[in-house]
Amino acid sequence: MITIENISKTFGDKTILNGISGTFEKGKTNLIIGASGTGKSVLLKCIVGLVTPDTGTVYYDSRNFTEADKEVKTEVRREIGMLFQGGALFDSKNVEENILFPLDILTTMPVSEKLDRVNFCLKRVGLENVNKKMPSEISGGMKKRVGIARAIVNNPNYLFCDEPNSGLDPQTSILIDELIQEITHEFNTTTVVVTHDMNSVMGIGEKIMFLYKGDKLWEGSSKNIMHSGVKQLDDFVFTNKVMKSLKEG
Amino acid sequence: MEGFGKYVMFLSSLFVRRESFKTYFDLTIEESYQIGVKSIYLVALVSCFIGAVTTIQTAYNLVTPLVPKSVISNVVREMTLLELAPTIMAVIYAGKVGSSMASGIGSMRITEQIDALEVMGINSSSYLVLPKIVASLLMYPMLVIVAGVCALFGGYLAGTLTGVVTPTDYITGIRLNFNDGVILFAMIKAFVFAFLIASISSYKGFFTSGGALEVGIASTEAVTTSVIAVLLSDYFLAQFLAPILLGV
Repeated sequence: MITIENISKTFGDKTILNGISGTFEKGKTNLIIGASGTGKSVLLKCIVGLVTPDTGTVYYDSRNFTEADKEVKTEVRREIGMLFQGGALFDSKNVEENILFPLDILTTMPVSEKLDRVNFCLKRVGLENVNKKMPSEISGGMKKRVGIARAIVNNPNYLFCDEPNSGLDPQTSILIDELIQEITHEFNTTTVVVTHDMNSVMGIGEKIMFLYKGDKLWEGSSKNIMHSGVKQLDDFVFTNKVMKSLKEG
Repeated sequence: MEGFGKYVMFLSSLFVRRESFKTYFDLTIEESYQIGVKSIYLVALVSCFIGAVTTIQTAYNLVTPLVPKSVISNVVREMTLLELAPTIMAVIYAGKVGSSMASGIGSMRITEQIDALEVMGINSSSYLVLPKIVASLLMYPMLVIVAGVCALFGGYLAGTLTGVVTPTDYITGIRLNFNDGVILFAMIKAFVFAFLIASISSYKGFFTSGGALEVGIASTEAVTTSVIAVLLSDYFLAQFLAPILLGV
């Protein structure tokens, strides 16, 4: 479980996050949602330590991450897998080398065992026979899958996904969402997904945190998001016609 | 001053939370190939022409028959070994290798590859930059040696083929009053320039933010700042080391 307490972040004179608190539960897909520019990605970066919050604390299973020294932070980070918005695959390495990378750096496994693990992860994300392809030779959806494979190769306790379905067609988006949820349940990870995609919200949102202009306005699940009673959330959820007709019908 | 402070902090970050020796060894070998082997052709070509042009220009300026022809190659030797090989090559090296380092690291920054390394618990600056600096320190002095040899050879070819100097005079001039302190001085310069170019270019790339335009800007700034640093350090090295190493 990940707990955040009173996270605030300001860039210049602009407040991006304003005292955000909450918990992200183990074995569930926890979503951070909100319109563009509401601070979702900054909050995610504060949680994984890529951005240092001005105030507040992040706990990984009761381990204080924010105030930990570099060695402890490194230890926690080695339990983290992260899928970045653009995949963030290393351009100079092929698919297999990209997924091998965390194992090469962080473990002392024999090579054959590492390769077995890579092939298992690739198979798990529905990719086979792409081991030797370079990132520039595969599609956006495949890059995301390789990104997920790289994120889970080291059996992480915590999985973070920053806009996993941005730039993907609706069908591939749903496949990626389902994959993230399956992996969360299968490996019992604490998964945090940043998204503004309503299909994701309704499909995999087991626990949802809604941000609006740097404030947390609502917390709940996809089951009760339709009846939150929060105007800003309703405006966000019922933007498209399908959702509007669902509410009215 | 703020930028210099940030640069010093950046350099100190290279030596904390390092990965295994094998990781750095493999990366350094790869970088050495990219930096050194892939630059040999350009360095050899440029230095050959520099030597050739210096020979021809010196020969045309020696109008009096009282000065022996061996002076031509003597001048070429002094110019190339001490200044043209380490310093002019440093400008070319900054343009080729420095800009490549800055744009490579800058692209990794804007595509979140550096963030991915950090999230894995890897010290990204150390992992990416330290092997580049070590490879540069290993390869650039070798490139300077190649440049010196090629410049003298280029001068020999140009001088003898055009008939402005005989092979015997050229070789005599090369060997005349040779001070071996020049070699040590050139190597010290090469080490200093290699460090400055690799570290400044990596620094510029590492702190890139934005998009493709900013990567281009970082690459240009890396070359400009590296060249200025090389020229400044060249002056100070000449000021302080020439009396010690060359006895002037």
